[in-house]
Amino acid sequence: MKTQNVIQVEGLTKMFGDFTAVNAITFEVKKGEIFGFLGANGAGKTTAMKMLIGISSPTSGLAKVAGFDVYKETESIKKNIGYMSQKFALYDDLTVKENITFFGGIYGLSKKQINQKRSELVEELGLVDVTNSLVSSLPLGWKQKLAFSVSLIHNPKIVFLDEPTGGVDPITRRQFWEMIYNAAHKGTTIFVTTHYMDEAEYCDRVSIMVNGKIEALDTPKKLKEQYKTDSMNDVFLKLARG
Amino acid sequence: MGITLDKISKSYGKIKALSNISFNVKPGELFGLIGPDGAGKTTLFRILTTLLIPDEGVATVAGYDLVKDYKNIRNNVGYMPGKFSLYQDLTIEENLHFFATIFGTTVEENYQIIKDIYVQIEPFKHRRAGKLSGGMKQKLALSCALIHKPKVLFLDEPTTGVDPVSRKEFWEMLKRLQQTGITILVSTPYMDEAALCDRIALIQHGKILEIDSPKMIVKHYPKPLYNVKAHNMYLLINSLNHYEHKHSVYPFGEFIHYTDSRKDFNPDDLKNYLEHENLFHVEIETTTPTIEDTFMELAK
Ligand SMILES: Nc1ncnc2c1ncn2[C@@H]1O[C@H](COP(=O)(O)OP(=O)(O)OP(=O)(O)O)[C@@H](O)[C@H]1O
Ligand SMILES: [Mg+2]
Repeated sequence: MKTQNVIQVEGLTKMFGDFTAVNAITFEVKKGEIFGFLGANGAGKTTAMKMLIGISSPTSGLAKVAGFDVYKETESIKKNIGYMSQKFALYDDLTVKENITFFGGIYGLSKKQINQKRSELVEELGLVDVTNSLVSSLPLGWKQKLAFSVSLIHNPKIVFLDEPTGGVDPITRRQFWEMIYNAAHKGTTIFVTTHYMDEAEYCDRVSIMVNGKIEALDTPKKLKEQYKTDSMNDVFLKLARG
Repeated sequence: MGITLDKISKSYGKIKALSNISFNVKPGELFGLIGPDGAGKTTLFRILTTLLIPDEGVATVAGYDLVKDYKNIRNNVGYMPGKFSLYQDLTIEENLHFFATIFGTTVEENYQIIKDIYVQIEPFKHRRAGKLSGGMKQKLALSCALIHKPKVLFLDEPTTGVDPVSRKEFWEMLKRLQQTGITILVSTPYMDEAALCDRIALIQHGKILEIDSPKMIVKHYPKPLYNVKAHNMYLLINSLNHYEHKHSVYPFGEFIHYTDSRKDFNPDDLKNYLEHENLFHVEIETTTPTIEDTFMELAK
């Protein structure tokens, strides 16, 4: 089943001046997999993700995302992936409806498709009563669920989520993960960063980055065995300070 | 030198952000405000730091009245807002010096207080704040809030976006600050952090649901709680959600935390049901509730 690689990375590196933010990372992600991309603050997760989604050019190394080259085929990559950034995901000063319309347009959906998606989305997310409210007035958890749905609006093969649940309350965080599970179940590949270690358990495999390098990569179960502990939190604590 | 609040209310137009909030934080106490986004935590912080005037009620911070002595409050508190206000064009070092200067002190004078956190970003002190990772910014913002050695410290979600190791170190540092006599009011979405406070207030829709020590709050959990596990998490969640007798179903790391709506619940019934749903390796065991469980039950 999960055999086809949709992300293939070899020796990928990013330098800012003489500082190496991402240091020769190598890994692959399979179709439909939920891949957890963990690491301490400043380890290089966001920087690596930006290269994979084609908005930052690598210093060296190779990477293919959805079959496309991160140096030469960035336009094709953008059409085939969804992305939720750590800080900015939606326009705060646009309404729910306007955000969906705007992003639908960016991803090249027709007017008809946008209208249909919009009714589906607000219905599914229970946002019918607030479609005409500014996104800034919604609780963070709702915003994040909406942003996730918007990142899936063009049925991308892979979706990149940079700390989607940071600061989100416990119940909404779990609803968010149910949405992730559903998307993965339909075959969408999920590439996600988080600082919540219970969420690491929900991933098929996780990698842990330390100072720009991937220091561990396996299923949560195997990582816990390898580091002789019963929690991902301990695995992280053992690795992250070197 | 603590904090007192008496019947504080605040509305924005029709929305009641805080209604009738009363509680005290004892001098030197580490007090947690736990609640979902939109519960009113930030409004409360803004009132206590004199940035916002309440519609009703009175409050004191470090012995000073909120309205009459607001200048004294400003000089004696440290505040780290959720959305921090670092100067993106200034370097790490410049930001820190800037905040020290406006409070009439120097970085050298109070370096000891911030040392544990600051050393982690010090190697990058010539980097502009705009180019730091999310968690590095958070550490800088905290250093800036502490640099004038406040008597009362207000921290609005200081560890959101901070990695697990740094969170642990951060809380060790808070405990040390507390020992120097500083009173701390902190909000957090991380329930494991709530357990580290002396007392916590669970807050939702602008009202306080409960105030107590973390130990006592957990004791009030109303139902037997079970850990459930099976070969496939996704199928397990779906099956449990469709079970007619379920009361709550929440993923918890490698387990699902489950409560049943029946008084005479027998776990074997659930096991049979799940096996009928084609789940293998089904395990059901009782477990002790955490603050996160209590919170979700109250918020339901
Ligand atoms: N444009 C830039 N110029 C210089 N340094 C940068 C730039 N962007 C990122 N960095 C540095 O690269 C390192 C990695 O940053 P990155 O944002 O990838 O970390 P992260 O793993 O996403 O951390 P967090 O968990 O805090 O979000 C950090 O030291 C950061 O300061
Ligand atoms: Mg990041």
